[in-house]
Amino acid sequence: MSPLVEVRGLSVAARDEQGAPVTLVRDVSFSIPQGEVLALIGESGSGKTTIALALMGYARAGCGVAAETLRVAGVDVLSLSAAERVAFRGAKVSYIAQSAASAFNPSKTIMDQVVEPAVIHGLMSRQAAEAKAVDLFRSLALPDPEGIGRRYPHQVSGGQLQRLMAAMALITDPALVVLDEPTTALDVTTQIDALRVFKKVVRERGATAVYVSHDLAVVAQMADRIVVLRQGEIREAGGTDQVLHAPSDPYTRSLMAAARPQVRAAPAAAASSETTPLLQVTGLSAGYGRPDAQGLPRALILKDIDFAIQRGATLGVIGESGSGKSTLARVIAGLLPASRGQVLLNGQALAPELARRPREQLRRIQIVFQNADTALNPAQTVSRVLGRPLEFYHGLKGAAQQARVAELLELIRLPPAIAERRAGELSGGQKQRINLARALAADPDLILCDEVTSALDTVVAAAILDLMADLRRELGVSFMFISHDISTVRAVCDDILVLYSGRTVEAGSRSAFQAPPFHPYTDLLVASVPEMRRGWLEETPVRRAPAPARVAAGGSLCSFLDRCPMRVDGVCDVTPPPRVRLSDGSQVLCHRTERQLAAAGAQRSEVGAR
Amino acid sequence: MNMATDLAPTPTRPSRLRGLTKRWRTLPLAGRVGLSLVIFWILAAVFGRMVAPYEVGAIVSDDVFQGFSAAHPLGSDYLGRDVLSRVLSGARYTVGLALAGAMLASTTGTTLALFAAASGRWVDEAMSRLMDAMISLPSKVLALVMVAAFGSSIPLLLIIATVTYVPGAYRIARSLAVSLNQMDYVQAARARGEGRFYLAWSEILPNMIHPMLADFGLRFVFVVLMLSGLSFLGLGVQPPNADLGSLVRENTSGLGDGAPAVLMPALAIATLTIGVNLFIDGLPRRGRRSDGEA
Repeated sequence: MSPLVEVRGLSVAARDEQGAPVTLVRDVSFSIPQGEVLALIGESGSGKTTIALALMGYARAGCGVAAETLRVAGVDVLSLSAAERVAFRGAKVSYIAQSAASAFNPSKTIMDQVVEPAVIHGLMSRQAAEAKAVDLFRSLALPDPEGIGRRYPHQVSGGQLQRLMAAMALITDPALVVLDEPTTALDVTTQIDALRVFKKVVRERGATAVYVSHDLAVVAQMADRIVVLRQGEIREAGGTDQVLHAPSDPYTRSLMAAARPQVRAAPAAAASSETTPLLQVTGLSAGYGRPDAQGLPRALILKDIDFAIQRGATLGVIGESGSGKSTLARVIAGLLPASRGQVLLNGQALAPELARRPREQLRRIQIVFQNADTALNPAQTVSRVLGRPLEFYHGLKGAAQQARVAELLELIRLPPAIAERRAGELSGGQKQRINLARALAADPDLILCDEVTSALDTVVAAAILDLMADLRRELGVSFMFISHDISTVRAVCDDILVLYSGRTVEAGSRSAFQAPPFHPYTDLLVASVPEMRRGWLEETPVRRAPAPARVAAGGSLCSFLDRCPMRVDGVCDVTPPPRVRLSDGSQVLCHRTERQLAAAGAQRSEVGAR
Repeated sequence: MNMATDLAPTPTRPSRLRGLTKRWRTLPLAGRVGLSLVIFWILAAVFGRMVAPYEVGAIVSDDVFQGFSAAHPLGSDYLGRDVLSRVLSGARYTVGLALAGAMLASTTGTTLALFAAASGRWVDEAMSRLMDAMISLPSKVLALVMVAAFGSSIPLLLIIATVTYVPGAYRIARSLAVSLNQMDYVQAARARGEGRFYLAWSEILPNMIHPMLADFGLRFVFVVLMLSGLSFLGLGVQPPNADLGSLVRENTSGLGDGAPAVLMPALAIATLTIGVNLFIDGLPRRGRRSDGEA
């Protein structure tokens, strides 16, 4: 039988601003037999999405597709007329995009949108389509399959929306499903559930799929075959096991190496604990909205946070989206005044409001934002971006300023010629380096890094982490490293703080985070990071929390209550959890004893090892 | 269009000419046509009187509403004056007044908007409501009342044009400033301890220039049309001077004969406004090519 998808000699070209041709994809060939999942893997700019879209007969504006053969389910995609293409897409091939949030229309109900492909292609009556949708909701493990269709997109969570988009893609029983980074925007704890149901549905329906991703570990769970792409060309293609365990191409090997973070911690600056910590935070609460009678804002984001950062040390702050980790950085930087508690820098209390902090204090704490694209002013050249803090804090002007800019560029390993460029002319990694350099220009004691590597490709991110480690060694700067990725945090930080809905649920040193006992939430985080081998997904036990606890929402009860697999009914939903110090030195906010926590963690890793 | 070169961060000098030719090459055909028309009318406004074959007010032909001829390339008007000379002179008033009016409106609106965005909530609220009130005044009626009260003069027309179009420019500039104010780079500058006016001037304003320039072009067209409208009603530029709108009005009686005297000034207004619009639409928009791969 001929393969379902056959691609031979596929090339995609566009023109740049000057009108010169640019090849995005060059001479790519592969085929996918019926019922198999093929992964397209590569960094941004590798052409993986472009290839996936070409399979649907789609090219972005200004791009031209050419191929010797491009057949999907017996259809020659390139020879379709516009009308045939309309009939082809959605019915024969469907697409699951990275961001479900922007793929759904917020003003229509979910059911209207999920059945739409089947109805507009005239494949099913509306009623039959709805029945099928409910079926799909059930197999995608969505809560309340009968009722969820009546909701609007903003009324379900991000992970659920991603699964609903899968339902939309599968409702026409397409011959080929294209999944374009479908879990990249999700938290790890949500990603594992999404992967599980995607895999189950793909297997159950015998669907053929193309899975586009930059994450080898995720791909290892989903794919039968892997195609590694770089700059529009195939570097390696083979079975999943072969590519993962015996990669033949050096580029694949470098991808694998970058995906496994190495420990980069500098020797923790022999900070004796008697000296005043560089930064000490006590009883910090903050949020958004008008303050109530007790002076707390209506939406309280951070609740009673305590921690300290020693000079030269790195503190990792980890948590899922909405846990308050970025807010914490904003409060320390003074962008959001705290409503309670204190921030001490070198033992001196900082004013909550930015305007009341002296310039010298501002200089000592610098913040680096997550998104390098928006963190640099597009109208300014690099030398202006870096020159301004030099002038502002150190009064450097003219030649002295330019000399220091050149030094800074050297420090972040960028060529001096880059000083005259604007943000739009830099790559993502270069922008993030400039972002770091702007903070360094102030000559700070502490740099707050808010997800600085999250938007970058793994190889580029690894280089940024190396740079940060070097800076710590050379300059003795302290970092607060905010991330959602526990393996990165464990690799670069001396101390780690785990936030869950604005509370510290666990705090301890890196060594304490290498092995259980963990707080149940930390344990869930650790267990949800995909491993780079096949079968990990199947071996990892599904951990269902017992039915959500229905208790009078007491403000001080454990915030992880509803999702905790180790909840003790009658205790956890009644009494606020105590802060317990474990024997490895970390503090945990939990009712469970150390032995119970250790046992739970050990049991999980045992299952994983089997 | 002086505003662009004054406020935009100055490019390095030697590359400026090359930059201009590059811009010209990236401009789509419609944009080139528009730019050519705009340049033509600006030249006509500046040098028109020098090259005009006759005195503006001189009655040079015995024949009224004459057609095209070698002596009078665009014919003669209802008094037998040379239409070409009058159109060239009218362009000076129309283009000059509209340029000055639009420039005043755009800079005032942008400055006020930046001030509102940089100041606290109360200043912002008060100014925004005041501008809303001004927007709600019908511009033609306001102009009629002001002309009736003070009598028509060039400075008054300029004030009318400015007052009418400041609120619109303010609205657009303020919404741009408010959204730019939330950008990370502005936050980063704020966390550095920069003052409000530094933020407004150095971080926000340079990123507003392009959209404000487009807005300026639109306002220019509005002012041209408003002035022409006022002149058509006899309330604009007063005789013996005439702008393009007054030229259309004074020659309306020639409409039945299809006299160039009425068609040419109307055509001049049309080409000027359409040219500006084509040029603005052809300007490269920021963020259009940012559709990279995820």
